[in-house]
Amino acid sequence: MSIATRKRTRTLAPGYEHIRPDRPAPRSIGLTIVMVFFALYALLPLFWLFINSTKTYDSLLNSFGLWFSGEFALFDNLAEVVTRDDGIFVQWFANSILYVVLGAGGATIIATLAGYGMAKFTFPGKKAIFAVVLGAIAIPGTALAVPTFLLFSSLSLTDTMLSVIIPSLASPFGFYLMWIFARESVPTEILEAARVDGASELRTFTTISLRLMAPGIVTVLLFQIVGVWNNYFLPLIMLRSEEIFPLPLGLQLWYLEAAGPQALPIYHIIITASVLSILPIIIAFLALQRFWQNGLSVGGVKA
Amino acid sequence: MSNVATARPSARRVKTRWAGLWFTIPFLAVFTFVLILPLLYALYLSLFQNRLVGGNTFVGLDNFARVFTDPLFWEGLGRVSVFFVIQVPIMLLLSLVAALVLDSVRLRGTSFFRIAIFLPFAVPSVVAALLWGFMYGEQFGLVGNINDAFGTEIAVMTQDWFLAAIGNIATWGALGYNMLILYSSLKSIPPELYEAAALDGASSWRVAWNIKLPYLRGAAVIALIFSVIGSFHLFNEPNLLKTLVPNLVSTYYTPNMYAYNLSFVGQQTNYAATITIVMGIVTAIIAYVVQLRGNKEALQ
Amino acid sequence: MRTTKSQRGTAAAASVLLMGLVLSGCTSPEGSEVDGGGEEALDAALAEGGTLEYWSWLPSGEAQAEAFMAEHENVTINVRNTGGVSEHNMALQNAITAGTGVPDVIQVEYQSIAQYQLPGSLLDLTAYGLDGLEDTFTASTWQAVTPNDGVWALPQDSAPMSMFYNASVFDANGLEVPTTWEEFIAAGEALEASNPDLCIINDIGDAGFTTSMIWQAGGRPFKVEGDTVHIDLQDEGARLWADTWNELVEKGLNCEFPPGTNEWFQALNAGTIATLPAGPWMAAALPRLVPDGAGMWRVAPMPSYDGTPANAENGGSAQAVTSASSSPALAAAFLRWLSTDPASFAAYPGMFPSTVAELSNEEFLAQEVEYFGGQKINEVFADGVDAVGAGWQYLPWQVYANGIVSETVGQSYLNRTDINDGLAEWQERNVRYAQEQGFTVEE
Repeated sequence: MSIATRKRTRTLAPGYEHIRPDRPAPRSIGLTIVMVFFALYALLPLFWLFINSTKTYDSLLNSFGLWFSGEFALFDNLAEVVTRDDGIFVQWFANSILYVVLGAGGATIIATLAGYGMAKFTFPGKKAIFAVVLGAIAIPGTALAVPTFLLFSSLSLTDTMLSVIIPSLASPFGFYLMWIFARESVPTEILEAARVDGASELRTFTTISLRLMAPGIVTVLLFQIVGVWNNYFLPLIMLRSEEIFPLPLGLQLWYLEAAGPQALPIYHIIITASVLSILPIIIAFLALQRFWQNGLSVGGVKA
Repeated sequence: MSNVATARPSARRVKTRWAGLWFTIPFLAVFTFVLILPLLYALYLSLFQNRLVGGNTFVGLDNFARVFTDPLFWEGLGRVSVFFVIQVPIMLLLSLVAALVLDSVRLRGTSFFRIAIFLPFAVPSVVAALLWGFMYGEQFGLVGNINDAFGTEIAVMTQDWFLAAIGNIATWGALGYNMLILYSSLKSIPPELYEAAALDGASSWRVAWNIKLPYLRGAAVIALIFSVIGSFHLFNEPNLLKTLVPNLVSTYYTPNMYAYNLSFVGQQTNYAATITIVMGIVTAIIAYVVQLRGNKEALQ
Repeated sequence: MRTTKSQRGTAAAASVLLMGLVLSGCTSPEGSEVDGGGEEALDAALAEGGTLEYWSWLPSGEAQAEAFMAEHENVTINVRNTGGVSEHNMALQNAITAGTGVPDVIQVEYQSIAQYQLPGSLLDLTAYGLDGLEDTFTASTWQAVTPNDGVWALPQDSAPMSMFYNASVFDANGLEVPTTWEEFIAAGEALEASNPDLCIINDIGDAGFTTSMIWQAGGRPFKVEGDTVHIDLQDEGARLWADTWNELVEKGLNCEFPPGTNEWFQALNAGTIATLPAGPWMAAALPRLVPDGAGMWRVAPMPSYDGTPANAENGGSAQAVTSASSSPALAAAFLRWLSTDPASFAAYPGMFPSTVAELSNEEFLAQEVEYFGGQKINEVFADGVDAVGAGWQYLPWQVYANGIVSETVGQSYLNRTDINDGLAEWQERNVRYAQEQGFTVEE
C-alpha cells in the first residue's frame, strides 16, 4: 500500500490515501476554485506590474490598467532603465546581489551555527540567551535605527557597504528557525555515536549535521535572501552615496524624482525597474522550490 | 533542559558541552553589536533631552511620563490595536483556509498555487505600496476602471476606508508567508494519525477538524506572534502612501511613524527613543500573553 | 546672540589661520577686516584650490559644480544629489548629529535656514565680508538669509508668487482673469456652475502655500528673537486669509489632488485646474509636467485683497557653508560664485534670480517664452518682487512645523470646516513644540 502511495503522491501527506486505498481521491473542483481566487488575489497586482512595464509614459496614464495598450514599449523601457544616469540601475542591482551574498549568506551561516549549538548542546545560560534573542524580535526597527546609526558613525562606518551588511547578519528569526530545524533533523544518537568514535564537534557538524540540516538551511537562506534583497529602512538611514544603494533605495530615489513640482516623467521607468527588481527573487524561489519543500516536510517525517 | 551534570545519578545525565557555546558565539557577537548595544543606547537616550535651546540635559523618567499623557501616542496606539484586532484574524483565517486546501489531496496544481500565493511576500514594500497605491486610484487605477465599468463610486483612499486599504496591502503581502508556516506544520503530521483515522472510517472533513486543526495550534501561535509584531510595528505602508493622501495620514498615524517623524523631522530623538522602547515593551507583553494562552490551550 | 558670536569667533580664527598660511609676505589691502580676511581670503583660497563636498536636491547642482570646476581647475567639487528636500534635510540632520560626513556647502530652503542656524550648524559669512553683498540681492531674500544678526547663506533664486493660469479655461467660460480674491472666488463659482469637474485652484492645505498666503495677507505669525518666539496664527493677516479662503473651501471650489501625484499631472494636462499660484519655479516645471498645455498658460500678478498689490515668496532656496566645513574659505568662495556669477545662473536654467542686477536686466525682462504663448513672464515675476511684504520670519523649526500642517490645517480642508480652527490647532502644536525645545513662547 505504501508503495502505491509513494508513486502517486509526491507532495501529499503520506498515509492520506489510506482513507480510500483502492482508488485515487477525486479531484475537487470546489477546492480548486477556492485556490484560484487566492491565486488571483496574490497575482493580480503582479500581473498589473508586468503588463504596465510594457507601456510608455503616456499610455500608462491613459489606457486600461489590466491590459496592454497599443504600443509595446517593453524593450524601450528596459533600455531606458539600464542606461539612465550612466547605468546606475545596473550598479544598484550588483550592489543588491553583493549584499545578499554576504549578508544573507553570512546570516544563514551564523544562524545555523547558533541554532545547532543551542539545540544540540547543553551549557549554562541557554535559557537566558534564548529569552534575550527572542525578545529582540519584539523591538521595532525604528527603535534601533538612530542608535545604530550613531554607533556606526562613531566608528566611521556609515555610508559604507558594511553598514548594510553587518546589521543583516544578526537575524533572531533565522536563529529561531535553525534552532527548530536542528532540533528536529539531527538525532542526538548520531552525535553521540560520532563522539564515541572520537570525532571532534566541528567535524561532526560539517560532515554529518550539515547534511541533515540542509533543507532547513536552504529555507532559512531563502528567507534571509528575501529580507536582505528588500531591505529598505536601515539602508535608507545609513547610506548617502548612490553608488552603494541597494535596489529598493534606488527605486525610491527615482520615485522621488517622479513626484513633486520638479518632477520628471519617468513613471514608466520606475515600473519596469520594479519588475526587474523582483524577478531575481521569483527566480530564486522557483529554482530552490525543491529544497524548501523538503525542508518544510523534514520536520514531520520524524515521528 | 540546561542542567550541568550533577553527582546525582539520573536516568539520563545531561553533560555540559561548551562546544555548543562556541557554535553560538558568532551569532551572539553580531547580535550584541547590532541589537543590544543600540538598544542600550536607546535606553540611555530616553533618559535625556536635547533641546534646541539649552542643549543636552538629564531628565530621568520625564520622557516616559510624557508618553503616558501624550494624546498623539495614544491615538496611534489605538489605531494599531484596532488594526491588530481586525486585520490579523482575517489574514490568519485566510491563511488557514489556504493551507488546509493546499494540503488537501483532492487539489490539483498544488505546486503552482503554493508558489503563486507565496510570491507577494517577495515584493519589497516600496514596490507593493506603488502597486496598490496605483490600483486604488480613482482616476487611473483599478478602482477607477471598476467605477467606469459598473457605474459605482467606490473610493478606497478615504478617511473611512484607509486603514482597511492598508490592511489589505498587509494581508496581500503576508498571506502566503503565514500560509506556508501553517502548511509546513500540516506536512509534519505523522502518517500514523491518518492511518488511525482511515481505520475509523473518518471523512476528510472530520480528519481536517480533529487531526489537522489541533496539530496546527503551535504553528498558529507562531504566526500569530509575528502578526502581533507586524501590526504593532506598522510603518511602511502608511508612510509610503502618505504622499498619495497627505491629509489622511498624520505624522503620528502609528507609534512607529510617530517615533520616526520625531526623530528625523522634529529632532526629538530622545522622546522618539522613549516611544519605541514603550512600544517594544507593549509588543513583547502582548506577544508573551498570546504565547501563554496559545500554549495553555495546547496543553488541554 | 551667544551662538552668533562663537560662530564669528570660529570663522574668524579659521580665516586668520588660512590667511596667515597663504598670504605670508603679502600685505593686506586697506580696509579689510582683521577678523576674517574679507573677500581676499576667498580669492586666496581659490588660488590654492582644494576639494569640497556639495549637497543639493536639484539636478542643476551637478551642472553648477561642473561649470565652477571649468573655471577653477584646481578645485574639485563632489556633488551629492539628495533626491528631494525632505531626504536632503534628513540626511543633513543625520550627518550633523553624528558629527561626521557633513558636507562643506549645502543647498538650503529659505524656510530652513533658521533651523540650521540656531544650533550653530552654519558658518557666518560676515567673516569673509560677504555681508557687503546686501545690495546685490532683493530685500526679502536678504532678510531670509540674515536671521539673528549674521549672514548665514547667500540667496540663489527668489520666488515671488504669481498666478499661473490656464487662459483657455477662462476663455472657454467667458471669464475675466481675476485681480482680487473676491473676483477669484466668483470665477471659481462660475467654473463650478459650468462644469463641476473644473476648479479654479487645486489646494489641499499645503504648508508652503499656507504660509505664503498668510504672508501675502499681511500676517506675520512668527517672530523670533533669540530664545523667545512669538507665535500668532490668528493675527489679522492670518484671519484675513482664512476668512476669505473659507468661502472657497466650504463651497468646494478647490480640486483636491495631492500635488505631485499622477492625478494632479493629469488634471493639469486635461485643463481641469484653472490657476496655479506659485513661485517662478513653476515656469520651468510646467512645460515638463503639462506638455499638453503648451500655449495655453499665462502668468498674472497675484490677486489682491483690496486692490493694493501685495505678494509673498513661495519657496526658493539658498546655499550655505556648514560650520563643520574644513575648507570654509574655499566653500565661501564657491558660495559667492553660486549666488552672483552669471555662469552659475546659466548652469541652472529656469532659475528665477534674486540679484537686483539680473532682475533689472533688459534682456532678461524682455524674454518671450513660447510655452506661455510668447508672454514676457519675467516681467510679471519681477513686478511681483516689489510687492513682496517685508518683515516675514520663519520658525526655527519650520521643517517640522510644515510637516504637521496636513494633520492640522489640512483637516479643515478635508472636513470643509473653518480654516481658523485648523490654524489654531497648528498654533497649539507649534507652541507645545517650542516649549519642549526650551524656547520662551509668547502667543
